[in-house]
Amino acid sequence: MEKNLDKVEFLIGDKLEFNQGLLIEQSLDLFSVETLDFLSDISEVLFKSPQIRNFPDVATFAFYCRRSNLNLLKRNYINNINSRIGKGILFHIAPGNVPVNFAYSLFAGLVTGNINIVKLPSKGFEQVHIILNAIKIVLSKEKFNLIFSKRLFLLKYDRDTEVTSFFSKICDVRIIWGGDQTINEIRKSQIPPKSTEITFSDRYSIALINAKNYIDLYDKFKFTTDFYNDTFLFDQNACTAPQTIFWLGSNEEIDTAKLLFWKFLKQKLIKMQYEVLPIVSVDKLVTFYSQAINQGDIKLESSDASEIWRVDNYSIHNDMNLFKCGSGYFNEYSISKLDEILPAINRKFQTLSYFGFQKEHLFDWIKSSKPLGIDRIVPVGKTMDFSLTWDGYDLVNSLSRIIYI
Amino acid sequence: MKKTDLSNLPDIPLYTYTKDEKNKFFLDRILHLFNHHINESKEFKRMMTSIDFDIKNILNIKDLPFIPVRLFKMFELASIPIESIVKTMTSSGTTGQAVSKIFLDRNTASLQTRVLSRIISSFLGSSRLPMIIIDCESTVKNRNHFSARSAGITGFSLFATKKLFALNEDMSLNEEGLKTFLQENKDKKIFLFGFTFIVYQHFYKELLKSNTKFDLSNSVLIHGGGWKKLITDSVDNKTFKLQLNTICGISRIHDYYGMVEQTGTIHMECEEGYLHTSEYSDIIIRNSKDFTVCDFGEKGIIQLLSLLPLSYPGHSILTEDIGEILGEDECKCGRKGKYFKIHGRLKNAEVRGCSDTYGEKFR
Repeated sequence: MEKNLDKVEFLIGDKLEFNQGLLIEQSLDLFSVETLDFLSDISEVLFKSPQIRNFPDVATFAFYCRRSNLNLLKRNYINNINSRIGKGILFHIAPGNVPVNFAYSLFAGLVTGNINIVKLPSKGFEQVHIILNAIKIVLSKEKFNLIFSKRLFLLKYDRDTEVTSFFSKICDVRIIWGGDQTINEIRKSQIPPKSTEITFSDRYSIALINAKNYIDLYDKFKFTTDFYNDTFLFDQNACTAPQTIFWLGSNEEIDTAKLLFWKFLKQKLIKMQYEVLPIVSVDKLVTFYSQAINQGDIKLESSDASEIWRVDNYSIHNDMNLFKCGSGYFNEYSISKLDEILPAINRKFQTLSYFGFQKEHLFDWIKSSKPLGIDRIVPVGKTMDFSLTWDGYDLVNSLSRIIYI
Repeated sequence: MKKTDLSNLPDIPLYTYTKDEKNKFFLDRILHLFNHHINESKEFKRMMTSIDFDIKNILNIKDLPFIPVRLFKMFELASIPIESIVKTMTSSGTTGQAVSKIFLDRNTASLQTRVLSRIISSFLGSSRLPMIIIDCESTVKNRNHFSARSAGITGFSLFATKKLFALNEDMSLNEEGLKTFLQENKDKKIFLFGFTFIVYQHFYKELLKSNTKFDLSNSVLIHGGGWKKLITDSVDNKTFKLQLNTICGISRIHDYYGMVEQTGTIHMECEEGYLHTSEYSDIIIRNSKDFTVCDFGEKGIIQLLSLLPLSYPGHSILTEDIGEILGEDECKCGRKGKYFKIHGRLKNAEVRGCSDTYGEKFR
């Protein structure tokens, strides 16, 4: 045990607190007063920090932790609070390349009253640094130190199966962010028989745009920014980022809508000075030709922005998710009614972002047609917004146990 | 299009065609190759269809599309029936990495040998020479497995009257063998061949340690395979030549640029230090953003064209190397054709987003 902890760099907490924490601490109540105070203090410290302006992702997290949102969440889960207790010890493995993700995972672990061990990304992201600092400041207040210093362990370690096995052996829930390969590798380390696991595997996301409504839309600049944030903000590599755009409408409507849509997006890319690395252009060509070899009936649509590759699809395939590249590689498919999408949807499909549709209508459609995938239906621009329901999991319920009486 | 027998390549005196002669000869041939692969390879046809490729629109070599070399690692691309495959070559990848698979039939294999031998002899002279292979013998022993390294050695060995492997099985220097071989071939021109990294790591560094002084001033060294592994030693071509010259007196050293996907049409380094296209190959530098053609003197991604690949669609490939063409027909060495330099490889991307970097590390 000592040997494994020696290989770990604690950024919040230390070895001693860790050993004590595992022996004596119990869960806190779900959405306990102390926890919500702790989180809202973190939010306040973050908003005061001067760097926050440069990092919209940190600002979004701070906004999520503000008092009014915490109260709202608590109200939503009021029934769960009374009948549930946190599972105990959570082992979070944050993704290596989304800076703020660990904070949301931790958030879910905290509001459910658990002890949290968080493996941070090994890269030294500025965002991670800012959030850690804020946590440290709040944690230094005595009332919080007493409660949270033995419940909160944020750490880094180099690739090491022994360390992963050590933390896995003692956790009640293991939460793995970061893709199929990571999950398969981590799973070589067993968790106790009664423990559970939440895995966020590689996912595929799509956008659905009503062509006519888009043409009629007055503020196309805002819409373009929303779409840009869904995609290019993270090089179209976030699992929530749409890879295929389904256009609904008549041929004429779709042609007009596409023309406008891509023109606006190109302008946005220029404004944001979005650039791709040379190797990424080669990656796109590799992806495109791989798709051509496999599917046969696709065409490269000419595009005046070299960062944007558009792939025109003439029929629907159920292995679309295999051909994603990121950094501006989009498939497009025209439909005249929603059901035409269904054959494409497999288990990998996660987020359906939409424009020009009623949310309830889309929900009813998914509910009645029951495709194997699609866990989230959100408007364009909201794909990355965190929610305690994520990837088909209700995190509050998954991280707590229910007492039957 | 009138039918051309693609395996019947004319023997043009190498490095003599001027720009116009070359373009006329090359474009006609390469377009026939495009046609051939579209007809014979389902995969290639799908790729060309997906970009609306039409031979009628090609007026210049610069208009020719290309497929990324990485595809040869992902797909088995062949333009011949399986029963015609006489040899399968693979690229030298480290363990766990995907390797390129290149399928050869009799025609393509013999074209490769023929063109390679003509290119080499234009540098070495037409008579065969005693040859020192800077590698160990087991590299070529496995006849079922043709890696780039073994293929290179086998290909270049055609010029040998007799051969010596300069390295023992443990990659240490075979000093005794070397001494005897040099003694036996005193006053003769000797041909040395090896892979750049191996020459430096297992030959030069060993000579440096050795108490014996070897005199190779009458030899010619041809080496290739790239400089990537020598970056840590910060050895560039100039240093490499200087150091080898100091340790064993060798002054004729030629690097070459080639790849397993286009075996045969290698690009030899001339006396001026530039790599040269021959009549059977061509190079285009492409802008890394939109793949438009770069001017001479501008760096970009290298597209390589070769007239030899008949059995697989490797006649127009996009490498992941960065290069720069310095000019055409005007190299001081007197050879016609394009002359160019390599500036390393494209850097790998650091992805943002929730993809699998953590997992990558486990591989």
